[in-house]
Amino acid sequence: MVPIHHYLLLGAALFTIGVVGVLTRRNIMVILMSIELMMNAVNINLIAFSGRLGHVAGQVFAIFVITVAAAEAAVGLGIVIAMFKNKETMNINEIDLMKW
Amino acid sequence: MSVEQVLFYIFAALAVMSAVAVITLRNVVHSAVALAATLLSVAGIFLTLHAEFLAGVQVIVYVGGILVLFIFVIMLISIERSIIERQFNRQWLVALITAILLIGELGFVLWRGTDSLVLAEPAAAAPSVLGVSGNSQLVGEALYGQYLLPFEIASILLLVAIVGSVALSKKKTQAE
Repeated sequence: MVPIHHYLLLGAALFTIGVVGVLTRRNIMVILMSIELMMNAVNINLIAFSGRLGHVAGQVFAIFVITVAAAEAAVGLGIVIAMFKNKETMNINEIDLMKW
Repeated sequence: MSVEQVLFYIFAALAVMSAVAVITLRNVVHSAVALAATLLSVAGIFLTLHAEFLAGVQVIVYVGGILVLFIFVIMLISIERSIIERQFNRQWLVALITAILLIGELGFVLWRGTDSLVLAEPAAAAPSVLGVSGNSQLVGEALYGQYLLPFEIASILLLVAIVGSVALSKKKTQAE
């Protein structure tokens, strides 16, 4: 049986990779993909505890996380398309209308 | 090492490597394909944890739904421009420091807390989740029983997301 902290370490590694992606990339599509990576890291933790504790609640919460990820992707990509119609760019450094 | 352990380490290595590929590849389409590899590896990890229903949901919703949506949008807006544009900003030093702090903190907590996690292994209580009466049945009973209200709230969230994305991408008519 794999010790549970290996699952948690994998989740931590995936989450950190997602954070680095959000901080370093300029392309808004890759930033959205990095957010999906972070949500997957959370799901791994939830399901690891669900399996080890023998309780199904973790899997139910993972379903809710997937729901939120789907909603976030739909709205986020809608915003990307609306923004691309206006500014013709996917580079977040050029989208600075609200920057002080 | 048992089969479960071997599979876990293979899938974990695949997931981490393709996640690194997602954030380092310059072409957005390549990033999307690497993300597909990550999501499928995570589905494999769910299988090693006997969460078969979640593995199916992961493949159908994430890879089949969300990722295809991503690729549609990438195809919709011009790829050629995004390839010539600079893909990385100058914050990589800040990002590196943040990442090292974050992974150090998480690793330290896990390292110190490993002893307390030993409690979380009641192998005798596990069989109910280990697929004896069916993982899908267990999840379904919990979802439509104890967690009915959060389930309905999640459906309202999805409805709001549908309305929001339609309103965002709607064309302005002459009357407006």
